[in-house]
Amino acid sequence: MQQLGMGQAVQQALREEMNRDPNVFLAGEGIGVSIHFNPYLPTHGLLDEFGPDRVKDTPVSEQAIAGLAVGASVAGLRPVVEIMFNPFFTLASDMIVNHAAKLRYLSGGKSTFPMVVRIKTGAGFGAGCQHSHNLEAWVAHCPGLKVVMPSTPADAKGLLKSAIRDDNPVVFIEDMMLYFAPGPVPEEEFLIPLGKADVKREGEHVTVVTWSKMVGVALKAAAQLEEEGIHVEVVDLRTLVPLDKETILASVRRTGRLVVLHEATRTGGFAGEVCAVVTEEAFSTLKAPFRRVTGPDIPVPVSPPLERFYIPDEEKLKAAIREIL
Amino acid sequence: MQVPVEKKLEMLRSMMLTRAFEDTLQELCQIQGKIPGMMILCTGQEAVGSGVCAALEPNDFIISNHRSHSHLLAKGADPKALMAEIFGKRTGCNKGKSGTLHLSVPEVNAPCTTTVVGGGLPISVGVAFAQKYRKEKRVTVCLFGDGAADEGSFHEALNLASLWQLPVVFVCENNLYAGAQRYEEHTRVKSIAERAAGYPMPGAVVDGNDALKVYAATLQARDHAAGGRGPTLIECKTYRCRGHGETDPQHYQPKEEIALWKERCPIPRLQTELLSDGILSSEEIHRMEEAMREAVQEAVRFAEESPWPAIEEAFDDVYVTNS
Ligand SMILES: Cc1ncc(C[n+]2csc(CCOP(=O)(O)OP(=O)(O)O)c2C)c(N)n1
Repeated sequence: MQQLGMGQAVQQALREEMNRDPNVFLAGEGIGVSIHFNPYLPTHGLLDEFGPDRVKDTPVSEQAIAGLAVGASVAGLRPVVEIMFNPFFTLASDMIVNHAAKLRYLSGGKSTFPMVVRIKTGAGFGAGCQHSHNLEAWVAHCPGLKVVMPSTPADAKGLLKSAIRDDNPVVFIEDMMLYFAPGPVPEEEFLIPLGKADVKREGEHVTVVTWSKMVGVALKAAAQLEEEGIHVEVVDLRTLVPLDKETILASVRRTGRLVVLHEATRTGGFAGEVCAVVTEEAFSTLKAPFRRVTGPDIPVPVSPPLERFYIPDEEKLKAAIREIL
Repeated sequence: MQVPVEKKLEMLRSMMLTRAFEDTLQELCQIQGKIPGMMILCTGQEAVGSGVCAALEPNDFIISNHRSHSHLLAKGADPKALMAEIFGKRTGCNKGKSGTLHLSVPEVNAPCTTTVVGGGLPISVGVAFAQKYRKEKRVTVCLFGDGAADEGSFHEALNLASLWQLPVVFVCENNLYAGAQRYEEHTRVKSIAERAAGYPMPGAVVDGNDALKVYAATLQARDHAAGGRGPTLIECKTYRCRGHGETDPQHYQPKEEIALWKERCPIPRLQTELLSDGILSSEEIHRMEEAMREAVQEAVRFAEESPWPAIEEAFDDVYVTNS
C-alpha cells in the first residue's frame, strides 16, 4: 500500500475529486503559488495540474473566501476553500456560521450549500496563540455545519472525498502536525462516511474518546499501559458532527469507563458534549466518573516549555486513566 | 523640507540596529531548536519604521503587525527584552507568551502587535478615539502591509476614522508581496494610497526606501491629525528582500528584482547622504556598525542566559487577577 503523509492524502483526495467532478474548484490564500514549496503540503502542484480557473489564489480576505464558497455552492459549484490557520476562522465565521449554516434552513430546504472549508489547525510549531487555537467546539455548536477532524492519512483522504460529495457545508479541520508522518493509504478509490467513528484500538478496561492529532497520543498511551495489563479502547470520532453516539455508547457500555482527550482548551470543549451524551444515555453502566484530558484554559504560549505543557501528552492521559481504574 | 541632523542620525541608528538585530536572528534561526516559531524579517524595509517613528513624539502610539522588529526598535524598545522574548524566555518583554509575532511594548507606547493580518487597523482607530476623547494632542500610527488592505477591517477602519476625524495615520508598508502573492495579483488598485479617496482622507505615496521621505510624510500627517483634521493614508513603496519568513525559498520572486531592490537598500542610501554632507565620516559609520553589533550580541547573551518561564507561569496573565 502507498505510504503518504496527511498533507499528501488530502492532496490526492482533492485531485481525484477535481478529476471526477468539474464543478469542484479550490480557493484560498497561497494555495497555488505558496511561500512553501513542499510536495508534502495539501495543495502543492494542483495549480500546475488544474490551472488558475480551478485553483484560485485569493487576496488576504477570509470573509470573501468563505462568502465565495457560500455563493458558488448555492449556484451549483462545489467549492473547497482553505482558511490558513484556525484562528483566522473568526474572520470567515460570519459567512460560515451565519450564512452557510443557516441559509438552507431559512430557505425551507430549497437551497443547498455543498461546500467544504478546509482549516489548518494545531499547536506545536511555536507560532503562538494567533496561529494555534483549536476551535472545533465553536463550529460543532452551530447546527447546519458538519465537522470533520481526521487522525490518519487514509481517514483524511476518505473523509475529504465524502465531504466534497456531501450536499451540506462541511468544516474539515486538519492538524498540521500530521502532514508529514506517513501512513498507509489504499490505492483504489474509497470513501469514508461522515458520522462514523472508528475504533482504532480495542480494549476492555477503559474507553478513550478522541480525534485528530490526539489519537496518536492515545494509541501511544494505550501501548504503554498494555504492558501493565491495562487494556485501553481508543475511539477516534473522525467527525464531531454528525456525532457517532452509537460507537461511543457501545464502547463505554463494555468498558464502564470514559476518558475524553482533546488538544483544545477545557472549558466549553467538545469533551463536555461527549461526557454529557454518555452520562445521559449510559449513566448506569459507568463504573467510575469520567475524566477529561485537554489543553489548559490558556491561549497557546510560544515559549517552548510552556507550549509543550499546553499540549496534552501520554503522561497526562495515563494519569487520568489510572485515576479511574 | 530640512530634516534636522539629529533626526537623520536617529533614523540611521535605528535602521542599523534593526539590520544588525535581524541579521543575527536570521543566523540564530538556522540553528535547530534555538528560536521557536516563524521568523519574519524586514530586511530592506527598515526605512519605514525608522522614518515613521522619528516623526513621532514619545507619547504617540504605534500599532504594528507581524513584521514588527523595525517598528518597535525605532520606537525605542529594548533589544534585550525583545531578543529574550523571541527566544521564549521569562525575561522577554512578554514573559515568553508572545515570541516574535505579537511583541507588545507598552513602555514605548507600542501596546499591541498583531499577526492577524489587518487586525491592527480597527485597534488603531480605537486608540486614536481615546486620544481624541481625552483631548490629547497625540496621534496613533498603524503600520500594516499591502496584503492587509484587502481585508474588510482596513475598509471599516478607514471609514470610521474618517467619519469621526480621528488622529490616526495609516501607514501601508507596500513591499510588493503578500505572502507569495505579488501586488498585482492581489489587487487592481494602482497604489494603496488611492483608496484614501474613498473615505475620504489625504493619501500619499512615498519612496519607502528613503527614510527622510517617510519621515517628512509622517510629520505632515501627524500635524494634520494632531491638529484635529483627521486621518491620513500613507503608502510606503518598498520591497521584501527576504522571503515572507525564513523558510520561504522565494521561488516566486525574480532574482533580478531582488538584486535591483538590494541596490536601493535604505541604509547605504542615508549613509551616503550623511557622508557627502560631511555629517559622518566612514570611520564613524564603522564605529556605529560595531556598536550595533555589540548591542545585539549583548541582547543575545542576555536571552541565552535568561531562564525559561516556570510551567505555572503559563497560567499567569490570562486575566487581571487583582480586580
Ligand atoms: C487574517 C490573516 N490571514 C492570513 C494570515 C497569514 N499571513 C501572514 S502574513 C500574510 C501576508 C501579509 O501580507 P502583507 O499584509 O502585505 O504584509 P507583509 O507580510 O508583506 O509584510 C498572510 C497571508 C494572517 N496572519 N492573518
